[in-house]
Amino acid sequence: MSDTPLLAVYELSRHFPLRGGLLSRPRAWVRAVDGVTFTVDEGESFGLVGESGCGKTTLGRLVLRLIDASGGRIVFHGRDITHFNRMEMRPVRQELQAIFQDPYSSLDPRMKVESIVTEPFGAIERISKAERRELAAELLDRVGLRAGDLKKYPHEFSGGQRQRIGIARALCVRPRLIVADEPVSALDVSVQAQVINLMEDLKEVYHLSYIFISHDLSIVEHVCDRIAVMYLGKIVELATAEIFAAAPRHPYTSALLASVPLPDPHRRTKPFAVEGEVPDPFNPPSGCAFHPRCPFVFDRCRIERPSLLEVTRGHSVACWLKGGRGLEGESLHRRRSAQRG
Amino acid sequence: MDMLLEVRNLSVEFHTPEGLALAVEGVSFHLAKGETLAIVGESGCGKTVTCLSILGLVPSPPGRVKAEGILFEGRDLFGVDREALREVRGKEISMIFQDPMSSLNPLLPIGRQVAEPLMTHRGLTRVQAYQDAAAWLEHVKIPAARHRLDHFPHELSGGMRQRVMIAMAMVCRPKLLIADEPTTALDVTTQAQILSVMEGLKTELAMSMLLITHDLGVVAQMAHRVVVMYAGEVVEETGVIDLFERPLHPYTEGLLKSVRHLETRIPGRTSRLMEIPGTVPPLTERIPGCKFADRCPHVLPICRKEHPDLLTAGEAHMVRCWRRDGAS
Repeated sequence: MSDTPLLAVYELSRHFPLRGGLLSRPRAWVRAVDGVTFTVDEGESFGLVGESGCGKTTLGRLVLRLIDASGGRIVFHGRDITHFNRMEMRPVRQELQAIFQDPYSSLDPRMKVESIVTEPFGAIERISKAERRELAAELLDRVGLRAGDLKKYPHEFSGGQRQRIGIARALCVRPRLIVADEPVSALDVSVQAQVINLMEDLKEVYHLSYIFISHDLSIVEHVCDRIAVMYLGKIVELATAEIFAAAPRHPYTSALLASVPLPDPHRRTKPFAVEGEVPDPFNPPSGCAFHPRCPFVFDRCRIERPSLLEVTRGHSVACWLKGGRGLEGESLHRRRSAQRG
Repeated sequence: MDMLLEVRNLSVEFHTPEGLALAVEGVSFHLAKGETLAIVGESGCGKTVTCLSILGLVPSPPGRVKAEGILFEGRDLFGVDREALREVRGKEISMIFQDPMSSLNPLLPIGRQVAEPLMTHRGLTRVQAYQDAAAWLEHVKIPAARHRLDHFPHELSGGMRQRVMIAMAMVCRPKLLIADEPTTALDVTTQAQILSVMEGLKTELAMSMLLITHDLGVVAQMAHRVVVMYAGEVVEETGVIDLFERPLHPYTEGLLKSVRHLETRIPGRTSRLMEIPGTVPPLTERIPGCKFADRCPHVLPICRKEHPDLLTAGEAHMVRCWRRDGAS
């Protein structure tokens, strides 16, 4: 690992307008991603978790430059790519690839597997048919499919196999960073494990870094080195995976963890649900966005917005509790653990 | 315990372009009053089709349902006419589905949709029915329920829509609730809220619940007994604690091992997740032996030749495996 991170994102924002009509002035703005800062090191798996609408997918698309930022900077491998145009992005795309959620809609049904997995490469360099076939066979072998599958179409594969094809396509150009947006959510549990294990193996072989976006806390905790929790467009907590589950500081992280049903019939717990739902993003609450649902809320939370501050080495939180240190031991999550038996 | 529902030897076939698909094959189970039975399995295992056939909701053609009987409070629902089934549906047996948007009428306000079963089944007047509807919407914790009666489904969040679905299913105080992946489409904090509402109502109404899910966490928290299905068949049936502590079928064992536990991470080391190799065989394929044989780590020669029966392997524990004396 070198000192400079592979990816650095500074104060990144993306605001979407709400319009009354096609040409009218925007009535309101949604801050889908609102001033987000983080880094991803070489060889690291960085997790983004949060519930639907928290901005994690938008953030992933911003990093991939599939949509433009409203503010902030994206520095990838030493280059500021925030305002790169299509031509300038071409060499960057070689190093920055994506794996998508739905293995059914992300593969062109009219293309054979051979063409699908080598398409990104063909867009960069001209290669002969024989070379293309050789490359495709090697990629399929890497992701656990057979060379005989080269001539098949996507509909001939199961969901898990299709996701393998999607992974082979991303690997084709030997990227450094792969943004994986809910890569296993559409798959059955036993197949999820196959795909996750494959992704971890490939990470070693190809020295990859991942940005792993998911709503599934247990997967993110398993795969990632560091995890950022998002709520209403902002990172509210950033920690290593070990600390994430054991000692969360933000009440929202704690609530998320406490809401996961435990796969243990001896530990039946009243699900420690936080009340209410994610607020309307067009009309976000004042102060801390989580304050209307937070069981620890006090006056300051309603007025002032906490910023993300490093509390201990590698652990940051945006919460006013304990003078900006967040929860310390006394968490919803712990309280549930105490109910065991 | 009193028996509420008994399904005997249920089979469902579908005519498909690829041939005859056996979606459900010889499934039998029972459900006592006040009990929660979970049906667990992965996509295509037949768990949803099983439940749809209880309510006579399998489209025919292309489907064909066969059964020795579907007994609800001793009355056979299998083969009774549509009118008689309609009387039972919604009144004595209710169902909630995974995707509330596809089961709510997008053109009708939610108050009307919740009030409707009360007018149809209980003969309440419009005013009474709307009052009851509002009370139920409050009961499932919809904030400002009285002001939301004339809201349309698209104006509500996913969690709120699922609450409306639950209210609709509950208004006639059914004896049995069939819940098909009721929280799968929801966020985790919303899931916790919905599960808690369902559990509360179940106790309050002394209702039985048939819970279809792939999430073993939900099973562990909600179920009394569990039926595990694989490729259209029941492969294991037992009490929930037994299932987690002494799974006998290698498939059940594989499912349990692929569950990821939070809080068990060993610092500095990521262990590999347990996977079940291979994929589920297509339902159109006729397999002479055990359907799980190709993916099974303990496979024996007999497993590929002869189909195992579902046999008793302990107190209230059934398993369909040739190695049932000690596969695990």
